[in-house]
Amino acid sequence: MTTVLEVDREPGAPPSRTPARRRRLWTDAVRYRWLFLLMLPGVLYFVLFRFWPMYGARIAFKNYIPFLGIDGSEWVGLTHFREFLSNPDFPRLLENTLILAGLSLFIAFPLTIVLALLLNELRLQILKRTVQTLVYIPHFLSWTVVVSITALLFAIGNGPLWTFLGWAFGTDANFLADPDWFRPLILMQEVWKNTGWGTIIFLAALAGVDQEQYEAAVIDGAGRWQRVWHITIPSILPTIVVLLILQTGQILNTGFEQIYLMSNSLNRTVADVFDTYVYFAGIEQGAYSYSTAVGLFKAIVGLVLIFGTNWLAKRFNQQGIF
Amino acid sequence: MNATNHKRFNTRAGRVFDVFNVLLLTGVGLIAILPFVYVLAGSFATELEITTRPFFVWPNEFTTTSYESILSSDVIVRAFATTIAVTVVGTFVQLALTALMAYPLSKVDLPGRRTILSLVVFTMVFSAGMIPTFLVVKDLGLLDSYWSLILPMAINPFSLIIIKNFFQQLPQELEESAKIDGANELQVLRHVVIPLSKPVLATFALFYAVGIWNDYLSPLLYLSDTSKWTLQMILRQVTAAASLSAEEMSSDVPPPAQGIKFAVVIIATIPVLLAYPFLQKHFAKGMLIGSVKG
Repeated sequence: MTTVLEVDREPGAPPSRTPARRRRLWTDAVRYRWLFLLMLPGVLYFVLFRFWPMYGARIAFKNYIPFLGIDGSEWVGLTHFREFLSNPDFPRLLENTLILAGLSLFIAFPLTIVLALLLNELRLQILKRTVQTLVYIPHFLSWTVVVSITALLFAIGNGPLWTFLGWAFGTDANFLADPDWFRPLILMQEVWKNTGWGTIIFLAALAGVDQEQYEAAVIDGAGRWQRVWHITIPSILPTIVVLLILQTGQILNTGFEQIYLMSNSLNRTVADVFDTYVYFAGIEQGAYSYSTAVGLFKAIVGLVLIFGTNWLAKRFNQQGIF
Repeated sequence: MNATNHKRFNTRAGRVFDVFNVLLLTGVGLIAILPFVYVLAGSFATELEITTRPFFVWPNEFTTTSYESILSSDVIVRAFATTIAVTVVGTFVQLALTALMAYPLSKVDLPGRRTILSLVVFTMVFSAGMIPTFLVVKDLGLLDSYWSLILPMAINPFSLIIIKNFFQQLPQELEESAKIDGANELQVLRHVVIPLSKPVLATFALFYAVGIWNDYLSPLLYLSDTSKWTLQMILRQVTAAASLSAEEMSSDVPPPAQGIKFAVVIIATIPVLLAYPFLQKHFAKGMLIGSVKG
């Protein structure tokens, strides 16, 4: 299996450096007119909603005042970036973001692999299909629904999990407001919502493994665990590497909706992350230039990380994504 | 299965593991669904039962009062109707834009194709962020318009590339023969490519639909007019009501009773769950067909 991001394998058309280039452009335009026409709305979409914002992001280097327009606003260079990096909020945001990303990378992601391996070892096909159907469902619920269900489950006085944890550990915490419970709750929600869905890609990779390898291993006297270790895991390793690269690039993106919906005035100290900070500074306080600088910082770090891990993966003889 | 399979698993430790695995995964399946079952049961339970029974999957006393009070609220009924409308229109627009762009990109001889594809991939790993996008939506005059919930996310680059890859592996002969019969590209797309791609397109239509239905960020950013709020915004307002301070609550609306919270969660989820069986039939296949290339 190859990766999603590897968009193409065909060699590109040779560059046209001939004198007849201009005429070729014209014949191309005529020959492909229908295709270009069909593509036009999509291209327009990418220009308007994906690339125009990138051009507009230059307000990060200006003191943007809507009344003056982007070009009329004063150029201030890296002032906003410096201000952000020296802001006392910065270490706290970085810490909160990295801890949540770490929980996701080191707990939620391995759990996905474990669940896929366990499903793969399940011999009762009907149970396998049923469990798959059930564990995919939470992925399709919105974060608003997931957070609302969490609130109902942990409701003080009558929530099932509030009652259970009180009975088991004698705690009567207000889970949704308690800063100590913020990270465990976020991790719990993420695992509940996405672990099942995440197994799809691994199960697909496993479905492609040649069964004869297992039969040969049995003849060679390999036990069950040895077969998992020497056949199953190596066969999903490329998938694991690709997902790790993609997830590393997302380290500073904690997922706005979940964090925003779970944060409140009592757990802000642990709940504030870059994504929500951009929202509060930009949309609620109108600091457009400053919040754009924060967003840009996040995007550039993400870009560096994704190329860095991709490079590392290739150095270790794994297939990268580019 | 066959004899080899039996031999390969029939060790003592293997059998113990199998039993353990069955129990564990049954537990996992239950954990995935039980929170939702509880909310569903709670939405049909009386206020008294919700506050006195800590957990149940079936109400002792069945009642539809929670739903009745929701249906008597104009706000929720209107939000439900507008969210349905935005989802239907939005799914159509988004799928159309994606498929129309994917088709030309599936032609390997299209001039400029590689450049466009590289730019599309670039948008997957780099985005300008929330604020510049917000300013573009604002400049286009889309604030407080339902189009702001549809257009800024019209084409998902991943979906675009997967659909493109799917188109690319369709047999070329069919398209060639249609062209020999005098069909232009538009007709080929309509009469040959789209009929062959129905399962894949259906899958992505449902993904887009779920995306719009579940979206909370876009209405939060772009709709300041509360009368235009979508269902997810209303759901948030209803279920978070307890944590709002007194001045944030409008005085003429009493705090929602427990049962209503349960019922609103169900209302906000039902359309997605109704789509789920159709979705499930296709998604694994649809997602992988495009990404696996021979």
